[in-house]
Order: sequence, then C-alpha cells, then structure tokens
Amino acid sequence: MAVPVDAIIKQSPPSSSLRFAFGNVLAFFILLLIGVLAFSIRLFSVIKYESVIHEFDPYFNYRVTQFLTKNGIYDFWNWFDDRTWYPLGRVIGGTVYPGLTLTAGTIWKVLQSLNIPLSVETVCVFTAPVFSAFAAWATYLLTKEVKGTGAGLTAAVLLAMVPSYISRSVAGSYDNEAVAIFALIFTFYLYIKTLNTGSLFYATLNSISYFYMVCSWGGYTFIINLIPMHALLCIVTGRYSSRLYIAYAPLVVLGTLLAALVPVVGFNAVMTSEHFASFLVFIVIHVVALAYYIKGILSPKMFKVAATLVISVGLVVGVGVVAVLVAVVASSPTKGWSGRSLSLLDPTYASKYIPIIASVSEHQPPTWPSYFMDINVLAFLVPAGIIACFSPLSDASSFVILYLVMSVYFSGVMVRLMLVLAPAACIMSGIALSEAFDVCTRSIKYYITSLSESLQTDAGDIVPGNNITSPQNDVIKPDKKEELLKERPSRKNKKKEKESIEKPSVKSKMTKRPLVLPVEASIFALFLIVLLGAFYVVHSVWAAAEAYSAPSIVLTSHSHDGLHVFDDFREAYAWLSHNTEVDDKVASWWDYGYQTTAMANRTVIVDNNTWNNTHIATVGTAMSSPEKDAWQIFNSLDVKYVLVVFGGLVGYPSDDINKFLWMVRIGGGVFPHIKEPDYLRDGQYRIDSQATPTMLNSLMYKLSYFRFVETDGGKGYDRVRRTEIGKKYFKLTHFEEVFTTHHWMVRIYKLKPQKNRIRGKTKKLKSKTSSTTPRSGSLKKNPWH
Amino acid sequence: MGKSTATTKDDAQALFRSLHSAYSATPTNLKIIDLYVVFAVFTALIQVGYMAIVGSFPFNSFLSGVLSCVGTAVLAVCLRIQVNKENKEFKDLPPERAFADFVLCNLVLHLVIMNFLG
Repeated sequence: MAVPVDAIIKQSPPSSSLRFAFGNVLAFFILLLIGVLAFSIRLFSVIKYESVIHEFDPYFNYRVTQFLTKNGIYDFWNWFDDRTWYPLGRVIGGTVYPGLTLTAGTIWKVLQSLNIPLSVETVCVFTAPVFSAFAAWATYLLTKEVKGTGAGLTAAVLLAMVPSYISRSVAGSYDNEAVAIFALIFTFYLYIKTLNTGSLFYATLNSISYFYMVCSWGGYTFIINLIPMHALLCIVTGRYSSRLYIAYAPLVVLGTLLAALVPVVGFNAVMTSEHFASFLVFIVIHVVALAYYIKGILSPKMFKVAATLVISVGLVVGVGVVAVLVAVVASSPTKGWSGRSLSLLDPTYASKYIPIIASVSEHQPPTWPSYFMDINVLAFLVPAGIIACFSPLSDASSFVILYLVMSVYFSGVMVRLMLVLAPAACIMSGIALSEAFDVCTRSIKYYITSLSESLQTDAGDIVPGNNITSPQNDVIKPDKKEELLKERPSRKNKKKEKESIEKPSVKSKMTKRPLVLPVEASIFALFLIVLLGAFYVVHSVWAAAEAYSAPSIVLTSHSHDGLHVFDDFREAYAWLSHNTEVDDKVASWWDYGYQTTAMANRTVIVDNNTWNNTHIATVGTAMSSPEKDAWQIFNSLDVKYVLVVFGGLVGYPSDDINKFLWMVRIGGGVFPHIKEPDYLRDGQYRIDSQATPTMLNSLMYKLSYFRFVETDGGKGYDRVRRTEIGKKYFKLTHFEEVFTTHHWMVRIYKLKPQKNRIRGKTKKLKSKTSSTTPRSGSLKKNPWH
Repeated sequence: MGKSTATTKDDAQALFRSLHSAYSATPTNLKIIDLYVVFAVFTALIQVGYMAIVGSFPFNSFLSGVLSCVGTAVLAVCLRIQVNKENKEFKDLPPERAFADFVLCNLVLHLVIMNFLG
C-alpha cells in the first residue's frame, strides 16, 4: 500500500494530490455511511417486533451481563451459579468467554457515567449492530492493506450487508459472534499491517486484539491456526522476510500468554493440540530466520558448507524432537483435540460419538442453498477475487486466499461457521468488484481522453497528466488509485458487480499493459455489475427483514384475518416467576434452560451450556420414560415443575415432540434401557394411531397431548405432524397440569406430591379419583406449605 | 572415510573462521543485543532444566518465567532486525522509533507476565 501512495506523491502534479485529499475525505464519509448502513439494516427486528433479546444463548449472556453490572467484575469472575444444572451448579466465571459480557458491561458503565440512563437490556440488544459497523470498518482496513482503498470500501459495503453475518448480529442477537467477527477481522488486519510494515507497535496491537478475540469466542483457534499456516506458507514458498518474523514471533509469545489469562482457556493455551501448530511454526520460523541471517553474513560457498553440516546434524535432532512430540500428543486420550475441534477435521466425528453436538442444528453441515442464501452473489464473485489476488501475489493477498480456502472448508463442515466464511467472501468479492470497476472505468476514461485529444491534436503517443496509457508498468498503480477515486461515487449508489469481472481480470493478468476494453463493452459490463449489486442489496435487505429478524421468543404469523402474535414463551416464563416459589426447580429440555433462568429466574436442571452429558441424558430419559419412572427421576432431582413446548395446536414446528428423538438418543446413550427402535414404527417416527406403545406412554407424549383432544372437539389433529394423534383420552397419574399458555405452546405441569402416589399405590382404583382430586386442589397454590 | 572426515573438519574450521570474521564485523550495538538475546535464551533453558528436575507445579509461574525469557529474546531479535543497517526493508524506520516500539512491547509483555505469575 505504501508504495503506490509514495508513487503518487512523487509523480503527481499538485492538482492530483488535491484530488487525493478529496478522495480521502470522500472515503471517510463513505465509511461513515457504511457504518450507518451496517447498523440500521440490523434494526428490522426491533422495528418489526420489539427491542428484545433473541433466542437462547443471548438470554444467558444477558443474564451474565446483568450480574456483572450489578455485582462488579470480581464477583463475576468468582460467580458460582446455583440456579442452573441443579444440583451441580456451574462455575460461570471460569467457563464463559467473557468478551461480549465485558464489552456490553463497559458500554453500559460508560453510558451511565455520561448520565445516559439506558437499561442493560437496551445496551445488550444494540451491541451486535454497533459491532457489525466496527466489523465493516475493520474489513475496509484489512482489504485496504491487501488491495487498496477501492477494494476496501467495496468489501466493507458487502460485509455490512452480508446475510450470513446479519443472521448472527441483528439487534437482539446478543451472542459471542456479534463481537467476535469484528475481533477476528481486526486481528487479521493488524497481522497484515504488521506484515506490511514490520512494525513492532502493530505487533503489540495485534496481540492485544487477539486477546480480545480469545475473550470473545472459541473460534479464536481459527486465528491461531490460520496465521501459523500462512507463516509456514510464506516460508515454504520462499517469501520469508524479517517482517514476517516480526509479525509472527511476538504474536505467538504474547498471544499465548494473553490467551492463558482468560479463565476459560487457561493452560489449554499451551496444553491442547489446537495451539501446537503455532508453537511448531514458531520453532520453524526461528530456524529459518537464523538460516537467512547466516546466509546474509556468509559467502555463498561457505553457506553451502554450513547448510550441509547443519542439515545432517539437524536431521538427527529433528527426528528426535518429532518423536518426542508425537509421543506426548499420542499419550493424551483424545490426541489432545477437543470434541468440537475433532468434528471440524472429521465431519462425521460428532454424529458418531457425541449426539449432543450432533443434535444442535447449527452444527450440521450446510446445504447448497444455504450458501446462496447466506452469501448470495458473493459465491460467484469469489473466484474472480482469487484471480485478482494472484496478480500480483503478495504476502497480504496470499493470506486472504488462505483465509478463504480454510473458511470454505470449515463452513462446509458446520453451518454456523458460514459466519467465518462471510468476511473472506466479502473481501474477495470486494477485490473482484473493485478490479472490474477499475478496468471498465479506465476503458471509458481512456475513450473519453482519446476522443478529446483527437479533437485537439492528432492522437499523440503520450497522454499527459495522470493518464492511463503511459507504457510503464509502475504507472499502473497510481492510475488504479485515480480510478478508485473515480469509482467511489458510483459505489455510493450501491456497488457490486458481475461475472464479466472474471474475463477482465484474467486478461489483465496476461497483458502487462493496462487493459483497455472497447467502450461499449465496458459500459455494458458496468451496467451488469451495478445490476448484480442491486440484486445483492435486494436479497440482503430481504434476508435482514424477513428471514433473520425473528426473535424466536415472539412469533408471528400472517393469515387471511391479519397478523397473529404468539407470545406464549414469555407468558409461560412470567407465570413461572409469579406463581412458583423462588427456589422451585423446573425441568425442561435443555433448549429452554437459559430462558428459564433468565426470564423466570427459576432453577433449572439442564441448560444450553451442554457441559454435562449425563445430566442431560437423565432429563432425556425422564422425558422418554413412562409417567411413573419419569416421576421418580424428576423427584430424585427435586423437580417441582416440568415445562414442555408444544406446537401441535398452532403449527410451531420446533417443539419438543420434534426434538423428542434426540432426547431418546441422548438418554439412550447413557441409560441403555432407552432404545430408539422402541419409539419408531418400522423406522418411522410417528405419533398417530400407528405409534408404538412406548411412544404413546412416554412422558413427553403425555405432557404434550394431555387434554389436546378437547381443543378441536374430539379429533386431536396435530398441525405440525399433520395427523391425528394416536392416544386421545388419557389421564395423568403423577403430574398435574398447572398452566397452559394461550396458544398451548408452553405447558407447565407440576409433580404430584408423594403422598398421592402412595395412596394410589395402595388401592389401584383410587388412582383414578386421585388424579382428579388434586386438580381441584391445585387452586391451593403451594401444597408443600 | 578418513579423507571425508578430514575435509568435513577442514570445512567446519573454515566455516567457523569465516563466521567469526563475519560476525566480528557486526556493529557493537548489535553485539550487545545479541548478548542480551543469548542471555535471555540461556535463562529460559535454565528454567526448563529446573522444571525437568523439580517439576512444573505452579505451572503458571513456570510458564510466565519461560515465556518472559522467550518473549524478551524474541522482542530483542525484532529490535535487532529493525536497527540493523543492512536490512534495507527498515531503512525508513529510525532506531529511536524501533526502540520505543520495543519498550512498549516489553511493557505489555511484562504487565501480562505479572498478571499471570500468580
């Protein structure tokens, strides 16, 4: 980057340096607008619904933030949470990535000290949009380091709107990724910056930014593997430079130390295989640095002698070191890799061994349409961007290429890692678009100048001023610069481009001279590019408005008689918090654990932090067992209330019946008496009259469909499964219904007290009466008192 | 066989001689930095040796001790690269700036070390 700027200053007449300054101001305002765009496109969820925290994990983060703002940082580090994973509890301070919480907590504190009285919830809701604006700016900086300002601006706009990122950062999606993507891009930017300048100052910043990334997201291992890979790539391809050493070596030392400071990472920063690559390359780079240094001070002949000497000795030592290393790694049970990382390398690992990982939908491999949905036209522009990065190949552009390749692989393994691919795709497409614009506008400009010249004189060989035709290759760069300035206004009315890009960039690679296309072709290409950009914008806005804005805690549906709002979840949680004792334990499938603790403030058995598989399997087993066994399991866990989510009445598909097979699988994984085939009729999962008796007698079935038949006058038609239910009339013996929300989406049952069970046992007949008596008794709020 | 060892020996001797003569041409300030680096690495090796004999029990202390030495060495190497007049890449970088960066980076490093020491 520095080179073209210098060139421009040296070569350009004063008028063009004025233009350059003007371009900087323009770029600044464009960036400002990009920030506004990135922020405002994520506000659809607030406008269409309300300012509310979304989904599951954000509720946990919100609760942690509340705790932080109320009790301060020291209590936060030492927080042992006894309201979850009952009776085990969870050490929150040591098991949570604190970056997001600390960020929002700090923002809240700063605002408070400025006398801006925002609630913690508001700050949490808007953290993600604010940080996506930062991420767009970081993308600008990164791409600028790689390919110049024009590409940087294009990439920033693309990133501000990329649907994949929007899906994780709409207002209310208060999750780790919201700040982590910014940290990821910014760390990469600082690495490239250090690589380009060789400044230790940026290396320090780089480590600190890496620290922030480690604080924010487990995805930091992507960085600590990608950067060593790039360093190794540079070394292998003979691109080693002392700048590379300065960019890499301090980062490893400082970064490792800083990572070890984060409680959740701790000694893992030096103990697990995820980090070993960086140490290995750290050693390699020192050897290489030494070799280059010795090569520099010795005569070539002596260096040859030294090389043969060192290699023969080094081979022996090296084999020894590798053997020790392999032995150390192999001695750890999982070869030092954690399950989640292993499932990245071997996509089938999770489904084979860890049902709890496989059961999460965002851990599934993506389908092809999801690529189109999430990165849209960028998918087609990326190849063009790769080509553009190869001409010429620099350290920075090779890094971007490597980043893209790795993230494409990871996104293919796990759909949620599409998020890591999105910035890479934006950078590549930004480069591609910018190059295409460059070529097309240059052609048009060339046409215009040659036209005006032929009017004045006979067309001369040399075009004066800052023009394009000067035969020297060096001049291309300043020209590009000029072009980029030119092209900004057009980008303002929404950029983006066209496949036609590929042709130009391939050609420009072959011809060393600036490529000039026929004017008609370039105007047409420009038109297509803008059109393509328009499609992208339309798609992104649609995705932001329709596909990714639903908070999932409030649902809406459009029908012929207008808009319906289903606010059952909050209704149920509010009921729990108002009608149960503070210390009552609520059992539900783990999906609803975070929400129950955050919104109802009740103790839960399992939650979305799936750290204890056995505990989850216990709940899964209870849900899959017949009523009596389930009652025993729940009673042993001191559970008072059981919460199930049921979508059969309104057609809400992600309810507990649809998740039930996972409960069976996870439960059966630990308690072998639960067998999946018992719940399947001929391998089919069904709840109609063909369903197996085990299925019809399971607690989940009973709790979901209890009294369901009363809703539609005896049919019992389930709108999700599109079938009549198998067992319509039944009574509950060990549970009683205490609350069902308006649309029946959440049903809360209470465990009957033990004495009823004993009475029912002594006389079989009485069990029938006892099932009705407690119902009238349920008016009494707390039979335990 | 004997002949080849003899030539290897000669080569090695010639190599060391030329290494020595090439290195003695290095400016004094770089030599000081080199000494510093060697000292830091040596300290790190002592700690590793101590760990091997006594054990790594306060692991964070061991880690911060070793990494502080390694970090110091790495940063000094970076400084050496930057102030070395023969490195054309860093011609624009005044040695004062390089040293300021070095101090800043060391400051950060040792703040972290103090935090981590336990």
